[in-house]
Amino acid sequence: MTDDVDRNRRHFLTVATAVTGGVGIALAAIPFLASLRPSARAQALGAPVEVPLGSLDPGEMVRVIWRGRLVFVLRRSPAMLAQLEQTPADVLRDPNSEVAEQQPDFAVNPYRSLQPEYLVVEGSCTHLGCAPIPEFQVGPDPDWHGGFFCPCHGSRFDLAGRVYKGVPAPTNLRVPPYRFIQDDVVMIGSETGAA
Amino acid sequence: MARVESDLGKPQNSLIRWIDERFPLLETIRSHATEYYAAKNFNVWYVFGVLSLVVLIIQLVTGIFLTMNYKPSSDEAFASVEYIMRDVDWGWLIRYMHSTGASFFFIVVYLHMFRAMLYGSYKKPRELVWIIGMMIFFVLMAEAFAGYLLPWGQMSYWGAQVIISLFGAIPFIGEALVEYIKGDYSISDITLNRFFALHVIALPLALIALVFVHIVALHHVGSNNPDGIEIKDYKGPDGVPLDGVAFHPYHTTKDLVAIIVFLLIFSSVVFFAPDMGGYFLEHANFEPANTLVTPEHIAPVWYFTPYYAILRAVPNKLWGAILMGAAVLLPLFLPWLDRSRVRSIRYRGWIYRTSLGLFVISFFALGWLGVQPAEALYVTLARVFSVVYFAFFLLMPYYTTIDKTRPVPERVVYHA
Repeated sequence: MTDDVDRNRRHFLTVATAVTGGVGIALAAIPFLASLRPSARAQALGAPVEVPLGSLDPGEMVRVIWRGRLVFVLRRSPAMLAQLEQTPADVLRDPNSEVAEQQPDFAVNPYRSLQPEYLVVEGSCTHLGCAPIPEFQVGPDPDWHGGFFCPCHGSRFDLAGRVYKGVPAPTNLRVPPYRFIQDDVVMIGSETGAA
Repeated sequence: MARVESDLGKPQNSLIRWIDERFPLLETIRSHATEYYAAKNFNVWYVFGVLSLVVLIIQLVTGIFLTMNYKPSSDEAFASVEYIMRDVDWGWLIRYMHSTGASFFFIVVYLHMFRAMLYGSYKKPRELVWIIGMMIFFVLMAEAFAGYLLPWGQMSYWGAQVIISLFGAIPFIGEALVEYIKGDYSISDITLNRFFALHVIALPLALIALVFVHIVALHHVGSNNPDGIEIKDYKGPDGVPLDGVAFHPYHTTKDLVAIIVFLLIFSSVVFFAPDMGGYFLEHANFEPANTLVTPEHIAPVWYFTPYYAILRAVPNKLWGAILMGAAVLLPLFLPWLDRSRVRSIRYRGWIYRTSLGLFVISFFALGWLGVQPAEALYVTLARVFSVVYFAFFLLMPYYTTIDKTRPVPERVVYHA
């Protein structure tokens, strides 16, 4: 080894090689990382679903699958709507649906729905994703005004999917985008287009 | 410079001689077995390292054979596991060995880790041995979690749902990250497929690589012993530690006894109680995954329950996830949290002994609470024991400093 090594040049070449190699690896990683995103087929299968409501009596609920996720469609009876109005706001964490991600703009209202009668919410607890159980009757706990109860970690939601205070779930149940394409047919997964 | 060739120490067998000129075969055997010296006062706590290697081999071999009949698709997974159980010759045995092996992996690894805590094996100069070991533990947890989704039962599905949802607690990117991990809008065929890839390729490769590095690091610094003293400080004229004996044949023979006893217990479980009353194989997992209904009582397999109890003890999603992650990560820092001048519990004072005892109690209590329903009393208890768990680690720099230690012997205590 001679002593006349140009150290600056050597340093520059080392850094340049490392940076070029690093950029190359980063770029080569993109296809691999992108392949983990929901594929075209998964997105296609995530298309909106139509739910006929004609056979749904007041007080009844159906479970439907949209994008592999559970969605509850509850036809609230007049008694349920009355229960909902009687739920005091101070037991709820977000009574006025102020967390914007949890519902489309049209559902920012006391019923969290397009039509007060029909509640459409994702049946996925906002804590850790378990499916809440419908417990529509009032009581026996005086603080229970009817709604949904998550068996996994005890989160509670009212008849509009609004979360109670003091439970692990941080936010209200999510309202998916939906619209009525006929008076008694709801389309879940799309909120625009001809009605 | 010409190499000085000497016949001394050269293999007599011509094949071995041929290999040895091209590959450091004998040198490797010497430095890692016949001339690797470990203390002669090892006790029963020192068998769990080799036992975890035995379980790793059981898992690899049974796993390969399960893969030959298992179908990683949401339509076929559950049925293919039942097919293995009913129609494949000896399939039930291979599958029960694998499922029982998962639980035994955690049993021996937890005991192996506890040994390090008893005798201060993580202390200088063995910090890296400990850190690599903790990385093995993390990969093992991921491996077990990914594997649990594969049978596509109710608990597979909803357990994965709960754990993946934890990432949703991360501010801003959480929701997108959850979708990215699942590769779909929900846990689906796509998720199952990628968990299969992780479970059978990526994570086992990482596991084997880390185990290799763990042993290389261990053999570089030398094994600790129940007295927590350096046997290298007293060497004979031949350079062999006076308190050490060669790993092979002495420790290997002892290990063989441990392996036989272990296999006796392992086989008893495989043959007589493979589901261990719902703790090794949860009853809800004998039903196929159903997107519409969460099982009434959802709990992870027993080896995750202490951390799960901590998660549930916190009435806030983000903080629950943070504390659970902290509970898993904290032992990583033991080499620096422990300020005691002695390694072994034999020469520590009452404060550390009491603390370690309380830690063990809290770990078992949290493990039990993790399978109980999330009701008032259980949640309160889980909070109490979570505090004990965290206090053990976070107060350690203080109480190990004030704890009165006893004088450490020069040579290992050994009763022949």
